[in-house]
This record gives sequence, C-alpha cells and structure tokens, in this order.
Amino acid sequence: MATQTAPAPTDTDDDHAHPAHLEHHFVSSKQQFDSAKLGMWVFLITEILLFSGMFVAYAVFRQWNPEAFVAASSTLDQLWGTINTVVLLTSSLTVALAIHSIKQDKVKACVYYLLSTLGLAGIFMVIKYIEYTAKFEHGIYPGAAFDPHGVHYEHLAGMAAAPQFFSIYFVMTGIHGAHVIIGMLVIAAIAVMAWRGSFSSEWYTPVELTGLYWHLVDIVWIFLFPLMYLI
Amino acid sequence: MSTTTHDAPVADEVGPEEETNYLNHETSVWSWLTTKDHKRIGVLYCVSLALVFLAAGVLALLMRAELSGSGETIMGNNTYNQVFTMHGILMVFLFLVPSIPAILGNFVLPLQIGAKDVAFPKLNLASWYVYMAGAILTITALLTGGVDTGWTFYTPYSSTTGGGVLWMTAAIFVAGFASIFTGINFIVTIHKMRAPGMTWNRLPLFIWGLYATSIVQVLATPVIGITMMLLILEQTLQIGIFDPALGGDPVLFQHFFWFYSHPAVYIMILPAFGILSELIATFSRSRIFGYRAIALSSVAIAMLGFLVWGHHMFVSGQSAISSIVFSLITYLIGIPSGIKVFNWVATLYKGSIWLQTPMLYALSFLFLFTIGGFTGIMVGVLAVDVQLHDTYYVVGHFHYVMMGGSVVALLGGMHYWWPKITGRMYNETLGKIAAGLVFLGFNLTFFPQLVLGSRGMPRRYANYSERFTDLHQLSTYGSWVLGAGLFLILGYALWSLAYGEEAPANPWGATTLEWTNVAAIPDHHNFERTPLVTRGPYDFHLADEVFGGGDGAALGDDVPRMPEPAPDAPSEDSAETARA
Repeated sequence: MATQTAPAPTDTDDDHAHPAHLEHHFVSSKQQFDSAKLGMWVFLITEILLFSGMFVAYAVFRQWNPEAFVAASSTLDQLWGTINTVVLLTSSLTVALAIHSIKQDKVKACVYYLLSTLGLAGIFMVIKYIEYTAKFEHGIYPGAAFDPHGVHYEHLAGMAAAPQFFSIYFVMTGIHGAHVIIGMLVIAAIAVMAWRGSFSSEWYTPVELTGLYWHLVDIVWIFLFPLMYLI
Repeated sequence: MSTTTHDAPVADEVGPEEETNYLNHETSVWSWLTTKDHKRIGVLYCVSLALVFLAAGVLALLMRAELSGSGETIMGNNTYNQVFTMHGILMVFLFLVPSIPAILGNFVLPLQIGAKDVAFPKLNLASWYVYMAGAILTITALLTGGVDTGWTFYTPYSSTTGGGVLWMTAAIFVAGFASIFTGINFIVTIHKMRAPGMTWNRLPLFIWGLYATSIVQVLATPVIGITMMLLILEQTLQIGIFDPALGGDPVLFQHFFWFYSHPAVYIMILPAFGILSELIATFSRSRIFGYRAIALSSVAIAMLGFLVWGHHMFVSGQSAISSIVFSLITYLIGIPSGIKVFNWVATLYKGSIWLQTPMLYALSFLFLFTIGGFTGIMVGVLAVDVQLHDTYYVVGHFHYVMMGGSVVALLGGMHYWWPKITGRMYNETLGKIAAGLVFLGFNLTFFPQLVLGSRGMPRRYANYSERFTDLHQLSTYGSWVLGAGLFLILGYALWSLAYGEEAPANPWGATTLEWTNVAAIPDHHNFERTPLVTRGPYDFHLADEVFGGGDGAALGDDVPRMPEPAPDAPSEDSAETARA
C-alpha cells in the first residue's frame, strides 16, 4: 500500500519550483498536456459533427437532383479548387513542421513555419475571394438573390435545384472559410507567443493544439473539394 | 460510527470561524463572476437555472389556468401559443439540458473522483457565460415579438414567421456551446483527473451517468447548432434547405432537429440515473446491485439514443422501412432502462432503507420513470402512435420522463448534496411534506393527461370540447398541488441558507469521496491531500478489518490518506433506520 501512495501529490511539492505553465489542479505537466490534447480531440469531434449536418444536406439534395447538381458543380473552377487544395495541404505540412521544430527547441524555425502556414492560409482565402466574386458577377448568390446570367451560367436559371447547390456551396465553404480565418488569428497569436519565447520542448501545448485544429480545417476541405468541384 | 467526523481531513473542532472554505475564502461579487472553482460555477448555474425553472414553471401554471375551462379563460389563443412555446423552450434548452450536469455535475464530479478541479476551469466558467448569453438572446426574442412555433421550430412555419424566431434560434445555437463545453470538460476530467486508485470500476455511478451524458452532449449538440444556423440563414438569405417554398425539405428539418433533440432526452435522463444510483445505494445502505450493468447500460442508452430519432416522425411521411427500424430500436432502449430499474429494486431488497427526503424522491423516480418509460414504448409502437401522435398522451409521456424522471431526480440530488453545497441542513419534515406534494401533484397533473390523450385531446390547443372538461380541471388542480410543493421547497431551501442547522461532513453516512474525504463545506482546493482510493464506491458491506479500523495505523501518518471505511448511518437516526 505504501508504494501506491507514491504518485499522490502532496502539498510539500510546493517547495519545489513548479514549471510556470503547470496549473495548480494538475499533478504533472504530462497530465496537463494529455488533458489538453484529449480535450482538443473531443472538440474536433464536435466540429466534424457540425460539418456533417451540412454534408447530409448536400447528400440528400444531390440524391434528389443529380442533373442540376452536376450542371451547377461543373461551373465551379476546378483549377482554382485544385490550387487551393495544394495550398491547404502544404499549410498542414508547415504547421506539422512547426510542431516538430518546437519539440527540438528550434524556436526560430517554429516561428517561420507558423508564418508560412499563415501565408498559405492567406493565399487560400484570396483564391476563395477570387472564386466568390467571379460567381457573384454572374448573379450566383446564395438564396433568394440567385439570378444566373452570362454564357456559362444561363442554363442554370431553368434548373429548380441549382439554387440549392449554390446555397449549400456558399454555406459550407463560407463556414469552412470562417474556420480558416479563426485559424489564421490563432496561428498569428501563437507565432507572436513563440517569437517571444513562450514555448519550448518543455511546453508547447498551444502549438500542438493549433496544429490539430488546422489539420481539421484541412481535412474538411479534402472532403469539400471533390464533392463540390469534381463529381 | 462517529469516527467518521473525527477523521475528516480538516479538523472541524479547532475553530470553524477561522477556517476558509470555498464559500468564504473570497466573498466579493467579482470573485464569484471570475471564479474558476468548479463548485462556485455549479452554484452560479444553480442560481441561474432556478430562475429559469421559476419562470418556465409559472408559465406552466398559467397554461393550466387557461385550460381550467373550455373557451377563453385568462388569455387569448395567440398568447397561449407563445406561453406553451416559451415553457417548452425554457424548460428543454435552458433548464433540463444543462440542469443536472451543470449544477450537480460541476459541483460533485471532481469531488467524487478525487480531483482538485475539472480539467479546464476557464472553459467551465466560459460555459456559464455562454449560457447567460443564450439566456439574454432568449429575452431579446421575447422583446422582439415572441415565438409561437412550439419548442420544435418545425419548418416551414418557423422559417416564415418573423418576430423573435431569429433571436430564439440564435439563443439555442449559443446555449448549445455551453453544453458542449461542459461535455468536453467532463469527458477529459473523467479520463485524466481521477485520483490514484480511482479505477473505472470504482467510479461512482453518478460519474458514469455524467460520462454517458457528456458523450451525447458532444456528439449531438453540434447538429442542433448547424440546424439552427441553417434556419437563421434560411430566414435571412432565403437559402432553400428546409422551406418547401424555396425548394427545401421540411422533413429534413425534422430529421436534423430530432437527431439532436431525441438524444437530448438522454442528456436529461442519464445524469438522473446517476443520481438515482447514489441515492438508492446510500439510503438503503447496501452495495449497488449490478454495478457494471448499471454503468454500461448508461453508455448503451447513450449509443442507442442516437438511432431512434425517427420515432418522432412516424406520421411525417418517412418510409415504412425507416419507421419499422426506428420503432424496433426504440423498443431496444427499453432493455438498458429496464436493467437499471431492476438493479435499483434489487439494491433496495434487504437493504436498510432509510426514508430521508432524497430517498423519497428516489422512490418517486422509480414509480414515475417506469410509467414514463412504458408510455414511451406505447408511442414507439407504429400503429398506436398514429392514434396518439400529437395528443396529450405524448405530453403526459414526456412529462413523466422529463419531470417525473429528470426533475424529481434533480430534486433528490439537490436535497442529497445540499448539506455539502451550502453547509446547512434543510428541514427534514418540510422536505418530506414537499416530496409528498410533488409526487401527488405531479400524478394529479399528468395522469389525467394520459387519459385525455388516449381519448383524442390534441396537444397545443387553448380550447377543447366540453367532454374533456373534468379531466382538464383535475390536471389544473394537480398543477396547483405541484406548484405548492415546489414553492415549499424554494421556501425552506432559502430558509435553511440563513437558519438551517450546520451540516456535518457526512450527514448521510455515504461512502463516496465527497462525503468521506472532504470537509463539511469543501475547501477551496477540495481535498487536504489527494485521496488514495482502495475500494469501490458503495462498499457498505466491507468490515472495518479491511481498512484497519480506520485508525490510520497502516500509514503511520496523522492524516489519513485513504477513504474511511464505509460509515454506518448517523447514530442519532439509528432508531429510525431500525424501524424502516
């Protein structure tokens, strides 16, 4: 029984200097890190379910209106879509490298990788902006404002379910875009903190969690891209 | 045995005045609003939810008053529509869904597993603020014209009526995050923050209930979030997802809505099951029968609960095959629920039953929940549902589950943990009277509704034909008895805060850590020392020799580092126990 008591923390531990990042209610840095990571994973599950509602709506309407969905989907620009996929996948690589760097105490490399992630995310949003405005110019709006005109879009006007496709497209990519912007804000904050030397191989939990979040943003896009642009 | 109090980690006798506890170590309002202490957040939630329950309860009394006679009595039809809608929304989204996890879960969970706090205290506080933001949006909805869609927001009515619907759906979207935050916090806390020796099979069953609840909260709530978001976009941008006029599908809304809202019923009832296991074990002073069966049946209900949403839509035009499958899985839910009820009854068998107020609620629960469960199976039967759908039978059924189940369990739990939360005892006699009033009033209110529904009285109507008058009036009288019981509880609860007798550390002789290893009013950091757990949660049967008589001899330390032997019921009540 005496051996079992060993892991129990006692107040005498206070004599030793706690790591600055260790919150009082955790026993050890490892427990704190594991908790944070598990919490992030559970949060990512909620995100997946949030998007899954929209994926279900997409599947249902596609099942009912295959022709309209194919016609509407083919007006999306596959080139921009592909470039954006490559951009986002690369940004996932850089954020993974940022975590890898901070684990080896390479603070500067970590900052640079975070900044390149930020830059790639910016490129993604700019391309998204170009795509959106190209659609708006031809009257392709979500909802009631849908009024397609121009050579490539006129045939959509007669299709009953074409507005559904673009409503779902704008809602899904819009909410995904909102996640990208939130991610950019977080990555920028993390980069500043890293620059100030807040992280080391001892403690890099926020970098790790941001990376996990960013991979989620990436993986949602990996499903959005083929469903919206390719099929 | 009286040794319990002597061995409590903090020496009560030395000078209670000088000691700090979670209530008095900081007292400013600001310290409460910025607290990261799970116990204080539980109390904050308790106050907020009590106000919501009061508001929604008064609405219910007004509704019953309107129905005390056919024709218009105290309010017009439109007002009535708004009143029942607000009653439903407040009770479901702002009261029942957060209730037990946010109040008792927050307060008790870290104490029961021997942790200093939940894993993410800031997220926990954020959860309360997000909840309050949801409440403010609800009030905004009321001020901007109110809502009369019913709590289910069925499209196309909800996507085409203006007024407060937009604000109300936003409120539910926002309040959902409070629920998600609590769920994430509990899952991580239970996985990572357990004290040494607190294995999964030694978790108190309340924790198992909360764990299953959290899984449902995390998996279901995002879906209502996106549903409400799409409804808002449909109102503002006219995107056509749910509204048939825009090319959308109203049945799709029902699928989305019930994918959350049916599991939400389990968010309400699973923690109630957890409370019930605690109450039954403690007040029959015997080890819970079938610990693993009860624990795992909670998880089974959580999982199966995701596969039955279609039973709300038997008459919405879904395919016959889906209806049959949903109906079958609905029957399956009866199995784990039945396992629980039988195990609780088996725990009572040959136990030393101690009829204190919390136990009265536990016994009420067994009775009321069983009726709620069986009537649920009834409406899960395809052919029967066609007759009973949208009648008072359904209203009666879900009130037996939500109020007879969840609220009665919450009341039992609040009485049980009241001494730990406030450090005061409530008045036992008044408590028993109130429990009796609640039980009587509840049955008087809702049993007539089951009869009304089976005779064809539709729900959500402000008027009815003459032949229903007697039963409606009976139901209204019942609501007064029920209201009297609940106001009596409010009265003596407030009284006990000021004048109640000071509570000992373990007034019930319970065996879980929050009673055995925590001071009468918990310390700010919960435990003097992190406890070392060496036994199961309800080992009332273990004799002193297993624990070395509780003299701490095995440790050579003046502060015991392990839980006390399971204590007997307090001696002053032993006569009563023997009688029972």
